[in-house]
Amino acid sequence: MATLVLLETTTTNLRSASLPAVSAARELAKHHGGPVVGVVIGAGIAAAAADAARYVDKVLSFDNPALAAALAETWAPLLARAVKETGGTALVASATSVGKDVLPRAAALLSAGMASDVVAVLGAKSFRRPTYAGNAVTEVEVTTATVVCTARQTEFAPAASAASAGAVESKDPGAIDALGGEFVGLHMTKSARPDLAEAKVVVSGGRGMKEAANFKVLEELTDLFGGALGASRAACDAGMVPNDLQVGQTGKVVAPELYFAVGLSGAIQHLAGMKSSKVIVAINKDPEAPIFQVADYGLVATWESALPQLIAEIKKVKAV
Amino acid sequence: MKILVPCKRVPNPEQKLKIAGGAVELADATWQVNPFDEYAVETALRLTEKSKGGERSGEVVVVSIGPKETSTQLRQLLAMGADRAILIAGDDAALDADLVARLLKAVVESEKPDLVVAGKQAVDGDDNQVGQLLAGYLGWPQATFLSAITLAADGKSAVVSREVDSGVEERRVRLPAVATVDLRIIGKKAVRNEALSGPDAEWEDSQRLASLKGIMAAKKKELKEVTAESLGVSGSLLVKTLRHEQPPARKAGIKVASVEELVSKLRTEAKVI
Repeated sequence: MATLVLLETTTTNLRSASLPAVSAARELAKHHGGPVVGVVIGAGIAAAAADAARYVDKVLSFDNPALAAALAETWAPLLARAVKETGGTALVASATSVGKDVLPRAAALLSAGMASDVVAVLGAKSFRRPTYAGNAVTEVEVTTATVVCTARQTEFAPAASAASAGAVESKDPGAIDALGGEFVGLHMTKSARPDLAEAKVVVSGGRGMKEAANFKVLEELTDLFGGALGASRAACDAGMVPNDLQVGQTGKVVAPELYFAVGLSGAIQHLAGMKSSKVIVAINKDPEAPIFQVADYGLVATWESALPQLIAEIKKVKAV
Repeated sequence: MKILVPCKRVPNPEQKLKIAGGAVELADATWQVNPFDEYAVETALRLTEKSKGGERSGEVVVVSIGPKETSTQLRQLLAMGADRAILIAGDDAALDADLVARLLKAVVESEKPDLVVAGKQAVDGDDNQVGQLLAGYLGWPQATFLSAITLAADGKSAVVSREVDSGVEERRVRLPAVATVDLRIIGKKAVRNEALSGPDAEWEDSQRLASLKGIMAAKKKELKEVTAESLGVSGSLLVKTLRHEQPPARKAGIKVASVEELVSKLRTEAKVI
């Protein structure tokens, strides 16, 4: 018996996005018994495998130039193999874009039931997960001997390293067939700010920001907290900010300590991505905007009038 | 180019969800096509036409699993422009992502499409699994969460853009393949079939509505009803839904009168700054 966890890496280290999956794997391992085994896949990842080993009992490393890109076609069979060879009964990953792409395919290869985007481990095979855009919380039970799940990053604390590092075992991936799939390129949005999913404070703007230049004032507020900038679908669609800032059912799920929603109405698809934030502040000129129904503190005002003053006040507080 | 589009009917996501006794009450629900599946149908239509409503080459087949009433949603997709529909009799309570994917696999094996285009997830179950499972069961390549797709002129491959956590990833996939789409796939220039249209091809910034002519035409289009049994698919659920609950209620918020009050509350009450 073993609980396996897909650990995403750069070439040098474990990605912090995978630390919640380690926590979920440790919880699952309590029910399943046996070790937590990390699986790292990539090209030239020896250093990353060693870094990952600090968090788990053992790491299986599939290191090959043909595995550089996270293609479900090549990664899923390796995950399935790792599960079978270790006698694994559980496979988990963070619900990142890689986890969401690869894990269901691995579940298919294992003929295993999968629970997506779980927010709590209730037992060896039972989980709690949000459905209906977060308007329901659903308990599900996997009926197969092997259990597959992705863990919502914001609901599992990032794991701390273990008392002693596990061993790294290099595995020969064997024949690698991408089925004609090919990675062409990644257009990354460069930002000095923390990842949306990991930030303690998130400041999001909506349609009411009117144009891209107006996001400057939100950036100023964001940077006062060392937070991350977010946006609604409407703001992204209008080209005010890049699409990867979108918070919601399409886009990122966030649950920071403090969430500012500015000039943002609060469509259901947006609420699905931020409703678990600890404290929500809404600033909107429309008193009927749905965002006020989930906000802890609502201020009916235009951003033009409220934001400069808010920034000044927070600067005062921070200066004390 | 033959494209199969799996579609699900879902309760209107704008309607307030009623949950009682561990179950979602759907007796009063109004039903609609899952938004991401509607984008998938729009994508498939764009891949088979030179311009909106213009000359077409190819076939778009929509397939759903649901009760008899699902024919309403399938007719609507036929009115949008899909060519044929298949309805597999089924009940949500007796389905999971695995069974849906295995039913679709059976349809793929009989229809032999060049491409499957599905929504990335249904907005009720929010599983985000079926496309990936289907690709896995078929042994086909998969291209998930697409924001753009360009089909090569020879119809043998596609270049796709995927919205991933760190930005936009570009990939090339060999056909036949399973694609799942995110909402930006309905952007003006997100979809193109090189065999049919040049780089200037442009569509509207939303999925099309059914025209009156489309609605009339849809009445005559084929809507075939089949059963899981006739497709040779059976088996028990790999994932059982035990119960639904209301999410923990948020403490009722307050409206503050001024920025000063807001900052003071955040400081002394919420203690977050």
